[in-house]
Amino acid sequence: MSDVTNQATLAELCILACSEAFRTSAEQVATGIGPVPRIGAGLARLTHSPGLMMTDGEAFLVEEPVPLGPRGDHQPRFAGYLPFSRFFDSAVWTGGRRHAMVTPTQIDRFGQTNLSQLGGTHRQPKTQMLGVRGFPGNSIYHANSMFIPAHSKRVFVEGEVDMVSSAGYNPAKRIAGGNYSGIDLRAIVTNLCVMDFGGPDNAIRVVSLHPGVTIDEVQEATGFALLDAVERETPLPGKDALDVIARLDPHNIRASVIRDNPPAVRAAP
Amino acid sequence: MTAPMLDKRMSAGEIVSQLRDGMTLGIGGWGPRRKPMALVREILRSDLKDLTVVSYGGADVGMLCAASKVKKLAFAFVSLDAIPLEPWFRKAREAGEIEVFEMDEGMFQWGLKAAAFGLPFLPTRVGLGTDLAELGGLKTVQSPYDDGEVLIAMPALKLDAAIIHVSRSDWRGNVQLLGPDTYYDEWFAKAAARTYVSCEELVDKIEDHYPQDVKANTFERCFVSGVVEMTGGAHPSSMPPAYGWDMKAFKEYAAAAKDPGDWSAVADRFVGTDEAVYLEGFGGKEAVAALPLPIF
Repeated sequence: MSDVTNQATLAELCILACSEAFRTSAEQVATGIGPVPRIGAGLARLTHSPGLMMTDGEAFLVEEPVPLGPRGDHQPRFAGYLPFSRFFDSAVWTGGRRHAMVTPTQIDRFGQTNLSQLGGTHRQPKTQMLGVRGFPGNSIYHANSMFIPAHSKRVFVEGEVDMVSSAGYNPAKRIAGGNYSGIDLRAIVTNLCVMDFGGPDNAIRVVSLHPGVTIDEVQEATGFALLDAVERETPLPGKDALDVIARLDPHNIRASVIRDNPPAVRAAP
Repeated sequence: MTAPMLDKRMSAGEIVSQLRDGMTLGIGGWGPRRKPMALVREILRSDLKDLTVVSYGGADVGMLCAASKVKKLAFAFVSLDAIPLEPWFRKAREAGEIEVFEMDEGMFQWGLKAAAFGLPFLPTRVGLGTDLAELGGLKTVQSPYDDGEVLIAMPALKLDAAIIHVSRSDWRGNVQLLGPDTYYDEWFAKAAARTYVSCEELVDKIEDHYPQDVKANTFERCFVSGVVEMTGGAHPSSMPPAYGWDMKAFKEYAAAAKDPGDWSAVADRFVGTDEAVYLEGFGGKEAVAALPLPIF
């Protein structure tokens, strides 16, 4: 392990893991909401997955991912047009042409998520959040992954999420004759581990642990039982990846994502 | 046979006087972008009440909730982007003050399209597997063809009136919507029985002034009932390419929602007695025109 690799932060390790989640041989839109997923999508585009398409965050498609924050001399060069006014027509409802990575407020064992409201009733929630946004459509039509910067039982809830904003693999939520074949949940990247939906009946499995993290620690921070399918430690980003990450995030916004911005490799206790 | 009234110019007050208590009102724009805020402020200055508001919500929804103008809200989100949770909307929801019909963003535009085409509903897979159908009382429909697929029947979002802020218009309602994204404004216009537009710039005959931008005419004048010039009329939301959002104003507005969060104490600041007084409070039209476009 080189000195450079040792200096990678946990956020940078997560960016590499997000980039792996986006890996594809297809031409599809990659949408990373939030700094870590967005840099991860850009890293995937610039390294292993050139078919990925992404926008400038507003309305235009770019072949060179747009760096985060103030752009200085960087002028995005527009190669296509994908405004919200045709997003459903092109990227979502056509099916299989997008992979989104988001940070919901709650996730349950079925992969159902919530970003609408917590507690109370629909008429009077205890805490009103954003609303379901585009999650119902995203979940029924294309690939979705999640990034959770603080893995806890508040996010990975016991039972079910308070308000099912995106569809998952819950058999009780399926009606006869409905077409659920588009539901395609991929990865959950957290500050502790990487998980997928590869267990029996799409059960959530831990597939890699970040350096120094144990499966017990992950289970302890999760409100439902996880399957242990750990095959390796989550890879550290090498110098090439770190260079691309620094170019995509010149203002180091990624340093503010995970509390205290810890190093990828935990200090010895 | 009388010719149609082609001169659609009216004042903001005249537009609001055509709205009625209990109406279903569509509001164009998206979150903190392209909102017809000058017309929203005119509604806030009026006695209008019990509205059903249909909006990709931002401060339009927050202010109308804060002023108790809303009976029911049809929404997919309410957000100011950089301030993700709209604070006045949040207060109204957590106090149980409004009825809601919550939808996915794509279902929302589908409902506008159903209304535009005079259909009772349009079928979609969106909503399956979520709580939306149960909470919103949505029904399903089965394909009559061999596939037999069961789909959600998204009901038409029929609007009694819509308000939209556009870049330019002439007095006949030939509009131009500039900027990188005009969201679902054209479908609000077509879903509504009457659509009122405020514009940054009003010209006499648009073909004499901006024929080169004719592709920005995203909906035709037969969908426009009234036109008023309101330069800076999207403030504090953004109106590209003319100006960006006023994040300082949004922050002040959000801070005012914190305890005790009394709207009547701050309504003067965020609504004002008239539009000139309101804009003066934020540095006037020149200051609005100088607001930089946001980067994403």
